[in-house]
Amino acid sequence: MVRGVAGLVLALLLTPLIALISSGAANAVDTLCLAEADKTACIAGTLRTEADVVPDVTLTITGPGGFSEEVTTGETGKWNVQVTEPGAYVVKIDEDSLPDDVVTDHPEVTINVGRLGATQAATLDVRTGSYSAESSKFDELVQSTVNGLRLGLLLALASVGLSLIYGTTGLSNFAHAEQVTLGGILGYYLINRGGLSLIVGGILVVVICAFTGWFQDRVLWQPLRRRGLGLTQLMIVTIGLSLALQYCYQYFVGARTVRVVQDNPEVSTFGPITITNQSIVAMAISVVVLAAVGYALLRTRIGRATRAVSDNPALAAASGIDTDKVIRLVWTVAMALAGLSGLLYALVTNGIKWDTGLQILLLLFAAVTLGGLGTAFGALLGALIIGLVVEISPVLGMPGDFKYATALLILILLLLVRPQGLLGKPQRVG
Amino acid sequence: MDTIQLILNGMMREALSPQTAAVAIAVIGLNIHFGFTGLLNMGQSGFMLLGAYGFAISIWHDLPMVVGLLFGFGAALIFALILGAPTLKLRGDYLAIVTISAAEIIRYVGRSALLTDFTGSAQGIPGSQYRSSFTGLSFFGSGSFTLIPFNYTDVADGAAWVRVLGWAIAIAIVVVLVLRLRRGGAFNGIAQAALMGLLLVAGVFLLFFLFPVPNQRTGVNGWWVRFVAWGLVLLCTFVVYLLVRSPWGRLLRGIREDEDAIRSLGKNVFSIKMQALIIGGLFGALGGIVYVLPASVQPDSMGRSLTFFCYTALLIGGAATIFGPVLGAVIFFAARIGIKYTAAAYVPDSIMNNQQTEQFSYIVVGVALMLIVIFRPQGILGNKRELRFNV
Repeated sequence: MVRGVAGLVLALLLTPLIALISSGAANAVDTLCLAEADKTACIAGTLRTEADVVPDVTLTITGPGGFSEEVTTGETGKWNVQVTEPGAYVVKIDEDSLPDDVVTDHPEVTINVGRLGATQAATLDVRTGSYSAESSKFDELVQSTVNGLRLGLLLALASVGLSLIYGTTGLSNFAHAEQVTLGGILGYYLINRGGLSLIVGGILVVVICAFTGWFQDRVLWQPLRRRGLGLTQLMIVTIGLSLALQYCYQYFVGARTVRVVQDNPEVSTFGPITITNQSIVAMAISVVVLAAVGYALLRTRIGRATRAVSDNPALAAASGIDTDKVIRLVWTVAMALAGLSGLLYALVTNGIKWDTGLQILLLLFAAVTLGGLGTAFGALLGALIIGLVVEISPVLGMPGDFKYATALLILILLLLVRPQGLLGKPQRVG
Repeated sequence: MDTIQLILNGMMREALSPQTAAVAIAVIGLNIHFGFTGLLNMGQSGFMLLGAYGFAISIWHDLPMVVGLLFGFGAALIFALILGAPTLKLRGDYLAIVTISAAEIIRYVGRSALLTDFTGSAQGIPGSQYRSSFTGLSFFGSGSFTLIPFNYTDVADGAAWVRVLGWAIAIAIVVVLVLRLRRGGAFNGIAQAALMGLLLVAGVFLLFFLFPVPNQRTGVNGWWVRFVAWGLVLLCTFVVYLLVRSPWGRLLRGIREDEDAIRSLGKNVFSIKMQALIIGGLFGALGGIVYVLPASVQPDSMGRSLTFFCYTALLIGGAATIFGPVLGAVIFFAARIGIKYTAAAYVPDSIMNNQQTEQFSYIVVGVALMLIVIFRPQGILGNKRELRFNV
């Protein structure tokens, strides 16, 4: 679902651009359609299913003044047409020309050309025959539950770290989401641009993110703790850091969406569930990593020390635990987890943008608060709930625009009845 | 020299722009929350957006302007009640998380395609739909940038002495303001306060005439909206001045410093916090209304970033001060444009292209916010002892 929406948005954004720069002379359709100010306008699009682009499909465009023209999609699925009058144009797919395994539910789409001199993007809705949109409500529910689990696991990776930082230092880190973005963007630079393999690049991304965590605590947070800066002030420092990082990403990458891997992912189908292979691997990695973190917290010395600091820093320090060392470790691990989460998020949603983190931040906070501020396992539970709510609520009739709002609304309602969160202890909230 | 003049002109235009005034009003509200009461409201942009929507949608649907204002304020009031009820009894970070989430919900709902007839979805509501009833009230004539004998863009055709005089006045205002406020005792009575206000207004309005700012000569960005916006800033500052001097204002500070002490005096802390949240939120709504007057209602331009900019402005000027929000907002916007233009003028394109200068200026804003909080948490005008609190 997320991937579909992101893909659609991407397609909408890119089609005019692609239509403009593609100049393959071999195919008549791939020729440039340049809108001339006040004279002509272009309608352009790329015909693609959820799996691949569809070439050699005939489209009929009719419009005001008896306008009628037939075009054929090019090898990359692209098509465009030049028109000379503003108004409503109907783009119709000739269903006979579709390949056998591709079907469409809405063969017609109406495009409004508001003014001349611009290129209008048109998106036609086609899908492969096996990808049935007429699936039952139940199948839809199963599919979105899987998507929800996927989102929940990715959120959990980041929010466990956020919660641990909160537990050990009392700080709500607003810049945490920027670390998530950092993971995806490093992935773009190392794997897509740098040509590293996914595994080597992925490990490198996590290592670099872990280093940023260590480095941040070394140069920023530890000295500020020593200065005795209040938590409110620290929180505002994280806001400043978040602003600076966001615009840093925009400075280097721009406002576009970048992808970690170039080619379209392969899809597997299990009964009603259609899922990309990358998503399966991402979910597996998340489960393994989360289990490892859980094991470390419960069974290892350093994990117990972390929980002790989280419970009562003064007491932990008095019993001989080096709290600074624990906090340094928490920052390092939390940032590594956030980076991994960002890399996986970029892989399963097909791209990352400078403000991807910002959009996730609220879900992270919702997850952490829902589970109980400062509890690592609460964050895990909260993240899974938030992920499921975000993905399932559209199926149950919530308008798609509101799916994030639903998650946040649940958070507010929960605070009314159980402010300490699901797994939090009641005495710490007042 | 021309480049410098260009940069300075840009800074002055930004400093005097009605949107700067709008943000200043919102920051005044935020100051009641954060500065005086210690409430960590991270959703001031949500209050602004609600105010703007209430105002614009009412007028768009042919209701009178007064009703629009009431709707804007009413929406902010209800918003404050909804936010405050679950969180004001909890620790401060709950309020922060809930307010930032709720402000985002407002934005998501405003953007939703389902409500296109009301909010115009992501495109927003164009200013032409609601502005006319406001510009119709103008008594500055149709030119809207000409005040009877004066023409503020063209005094003496913008000769050199006019510019020098303009700058001298600008610097003098800031210096006098900062000195008087830092010395303390600038408010030892209504007369002193009135004198300060008068000085400020006189200076700002002199600047309008003397500084040959190349403004867009459209009816919406002219004299009238500037006059109203900065007039409202002054009015709000005065209201806050009266509020925080009152017994109620002392209660606010008491809550900030030690909630339990106030509770032990038999005061209802929850209710006072709620009142503070509402009043600050109403200022936010007013700021939002002014913010959209010269522009249009764009949900995406009033998101989290705007709240963060409000905090930056507040902390630059000094939280828990009377003039801090105004000074902070002016400095914030002028400095950002100054950084952007300077980078554009002096850094070669190969290192930083035109778009990157914009992002560069925001990076500087973020870093500046961190440095201020770390090294000078009281801002320019504040008192360090007042900012030791923890929410």
